[in-house]
Amino acid sequence: MALGFIKKIFTFGKDEPATAAAEELPVAAAGEGVNLEALAEEAETASAPEAAIEENAASLEDEPPEEVIESEIRAEAQEEIAEILEASTAEEASPAQPHLPKGFALEEVEQKAAEPVAPQSRLSWFQRLREGLSRTSQQLTGQIAALFTKRKLDEETLEELEELLIQSDLGVETAMRITGALSSERYGKDVSGEDVTRIMAAEIGKVLAPVAKPLKLDLSHKPHVILVVGVNGTGKTTTIGKLAAKLSGAGLKVTLAAGDTFRAAAIEQLKIWAERTGSDFIGTKLGADAAGLAFDAFQQAKAKKSDVLIIDTAGRLQNKTELMAELEKIVRVLGKLDPDAPHTVLQTLDATTGQNAMNQVEIFRNVAGVSGLIMTKLDGTARGGILVSIAAKHKLPVYFIGVGEGIDDLEPFEADDFARAIAGIAQS
Amino acid sequence: MFENLQDRLGSILNGLTGRGALSEADVSAALREVRRALLEADVALEVVRSFTDRVREKAVGAEILKSIKPGQMVVKIVHDELIEMLGSEGVGIDLNAPAPVVIMMVGLQGSGKTTTTAKIANRLVTRERKKVLMASLDTRRPAAQEQLRQLGVQVSIDTLPVIAGQSPEDIASRAVQAAKLGGHDVVILDTAGRTHIDEPLMQEMAEIKRRAKPHEILLVADSLTGQDAVNLARSFDERVGITGLVLTRMDGDGRGGAALSMRAVTGKPVKLIGTGERMGELDEFHPRRIADRILGMGDIVSLVEKAAENIDAEKAAAMAAKMAKGKFDLNDLADQLKQMQKMGGMGGIMGLMPGMSGMKDKMAAAGLDDSLFKRQLAIISSMTKAERANPDLLKHSRKKRIAAGSGTDAADINKLLKMHRQMADMMKLMGKNKGGMMKQMMGGLANKMGLGGLMGGGMPDLANMDPKQLEALAKQAEASGLMKPGAMPGLPGGLPGLGAPKLPGLGGGLPGLPGLPKKK
Repeated sequence: MALGFIKKIFTFGKDEPATAAAEELPVAAAGEGVNLEALAEEAETASAPEAAIEENAASLEDEPPEEVIESEIRAEAQEEIAEILEASTAEEASPAQPHLPKGFALEEVEQKAAEPVAPQSRLSWFQRLREGLSRTSQQLTGQIAALFTKRKLDEETLEELEELLIQSDLGVETAMRITGALSSERYGKDVSGEDVTRIMAAEIGKVLAPVAKPLKLDLSHKPHVILVVGVNGTGKTTTIGKLAAKLSGAGLKVTLAAGDTFRAAAIEQLKIWAERTGSDFIGTKLGADAAGLAFDAFQQAKAKKSDVLIIDTAGRLQNKTELMAELEKIVRVLGKLDPDAPHTVLQTLDATTGQNAMNQVEIFRNVAGVSGLIMTKLDGTARGGILVSIAAKHKLPVYFIGVGEGIDDLEPFEADDFARAIAGIAQS
Repeated sequence: MFENLQDRLGSILNGLTGRGALSEADVSAALREVRRALLEADVALEVVRSFTDRVREKAVGAEILKSIKPGQMVVKIVHDELIEMLGSEGVGIDLNAPAPVVIMMVGLQGSGKTTTTAKIANRLVTRERKKVLMASLDTRRPAAQEQLRQLGVQVSIDTLPVIAGQSPEDIASRAVQAAKLGGHDVVILDTAGRTHIDEPLMQEMAEIKRRAKPHEILLVADSLTGQDAVNLARSFDERVGITGLVLTRMDGDGRGGAALSMRAVTGKPVKLIGTGERMGELDEFHPRRIADRILGMGDIVSLVEKAAENIDAEKAAAMAAKMAKGKFDLNDLADQLKQMQKMGGMGGIMGLMPGMSGMKDKMAAAGLDDSLFKRQLAIISSMTKAERANPDLLKHSRKKRIAAGSGTDAADINKLLKMHRQMADMMKLMGKNKGGMMKQMMGGLANKMGLGGLMGGGMPDLANMDPKQLEALAKQAEASGLMKPGAMPGLPGGLPGLGAPKLPGLGGGLPGLPGLPKKK
């Protein structure tokens, strides 16, 4: 299956002039973590979104697959390829093997089938993040530049820099480590604001790069079970809705299970998401046993041959022992049907949360075996800098970031963008 | 993570004992640590700055009392200043307006507005006998209106019927109208969560305010919020002029620095705090407790209050009288065990003790849970009256009978008896010298562990209390085999003894702890 998939891409690549573009790109693309196969495909699909932008910027419709394949690569494609890589391109349906949206990958192929559900007319989260920042009085952008219109890097400026990082919720320790790295490199030298932000972004990027990974799906499991956990109000249900939209948009059969049997109307909320995304829905009534529901859902999803089963859970504070025990039970029960299940345990983190996010990850990881993170609510002024500390300590992959309430507002996590946002680099 | 501020300051300022006043340099060194502690507690940087400036002003040149170390002095100044900044106590929801009084809830997504709406409604109904109507203006999140409706059914409070497709502004007008017609005293508007930079939604919120003319606008915010707390509080306040704050998830293990940030930038009082997922779990805000928490000092006050709420005053008085005579029999021990259970068991108590919250989990892991109390109570209730009053009667055959009766074995009974004996010994000691009894007692286990402030009678003044000592106590308990399930029995009777003179029932306590070190 997987082989066929790769072959297909290669064939396309050879047929099209895009091969040239693809071969020239690895350097630019390296940072994006996209490999050659994916690149070939990118190049080949590249013109489609551009056309969409030029012709009808407001259109939110997905590109029909035929158009993508048939469209010719134009010369500009080469120049703008970096932008395209960062952004999303149009959808391409492949009946034999579902192309996963950007941010997902297949377990066997180890490759990122970069191919996007959301068309390019939307701003990237980074742009939106910037936009948000520019509207607040608290924005840091420009502060650094003001700080450093050519001056020596001394103790005082380092301290001010440290404070800027602290304001992004990096935490004192991590902020000190980063400014420490900066000072060891440039102490006493003349630096401009630009240098400093660049170096700082690079330092942060270094920490984040290893955790920016696509979410791997092993479709040999029918279904691949994803359990979503987290503290109350961090955006579990909304994130599940967005994930389901991406996956079912890529042609996968998705089942959603309403494991939040505690909060009023949580079941209804997920049900609405299931309807919106055309996913199957399994739920019980309020107050039912969540582990029992998870078990039933797994069996039903198996029977229906779903590709992916996403199980919602009730929000819980990590210091509530009995609630954490309940979560442990859900994991245990799933393991009875398939020793590998749940195959992925996603934890949602609220970007506005401060240092406590560290505890959240630590405990959820111990109890539920969290295998990856999604940071939500990055569309506000919070920068979620605690993620840097978490990445440094736990090295858990960060798959996606939530940037709004819309169904498409879930973007793959890009280490460099995130680092630049924290360091306060103005231009995206 | 830093454990507590005092430890840190202690190590920096240790060498300074004996000087007359705090010097500028001492204070600067201390304030660096204060700054870091506050930042780690998620207090926003700008608030930390203004705070440390204020502390500096007060601390430089401050006379150091003879008995305390400079570090403690700084902590006291910091603590007092924190309380002052956090604001006065007991600012409740203001309903002093012509009915229907409109309360509007605003905040970011996922901060807990809907749950808090139902909790406040529930509180107004049960405590103030008001007739309340709740209306959800959240037309954005799927099933949000349904959520409030279900909560309304749960707590038997009216909710505004949902009309699909109506705009939030229109729902607001309709809610106020319906409350007028329905004779409701209060109407609570639960708005959709919004980011404070989402301009259209902020305008919508202002329009809702214009139409509904709310008497109270409460900003609901997550107490786990980080540095962004200042931005969001300021933006919401600028746009709609909030009248107060509600902090949710205070039952988490965050330090709650956001409370200080938001209070400082808006100047608006924190009116209520959410302390759990159940409808009754909404409490008044006590600046002092939050100050202690931010500084990592635990929440002793809550512990003592909880104790006071659950203790039968008469029984307590009777026990106090008995104790004064140096008597303490198994009936008294049983009473104590029951009180412990009422207070939420070991876990509940440990969670509130400074520096002990970590121990809670370890204890659970070691199998030390509340079933131990149950077993011990079973043993005592399997005894005859005579045996309870005079445990010395218990010889082999009696023990066998009791073991059979309570489903335990002789070893369990012996442990219980040993624990009782230790406690009784302590009681005698207490009876003998009332003045410095606590000091004396504690003296046995740790040189200077006089929990002075606590034992002094009345509500303990945490400012004078030394968290370091409690910390030491925790460590001691740990070291002395707390983690070994077998060595447990000394503990349960002990911990509740935190408030001797005023709460005599509880006061039976403490003796259990002294028993511990002997088990090493």
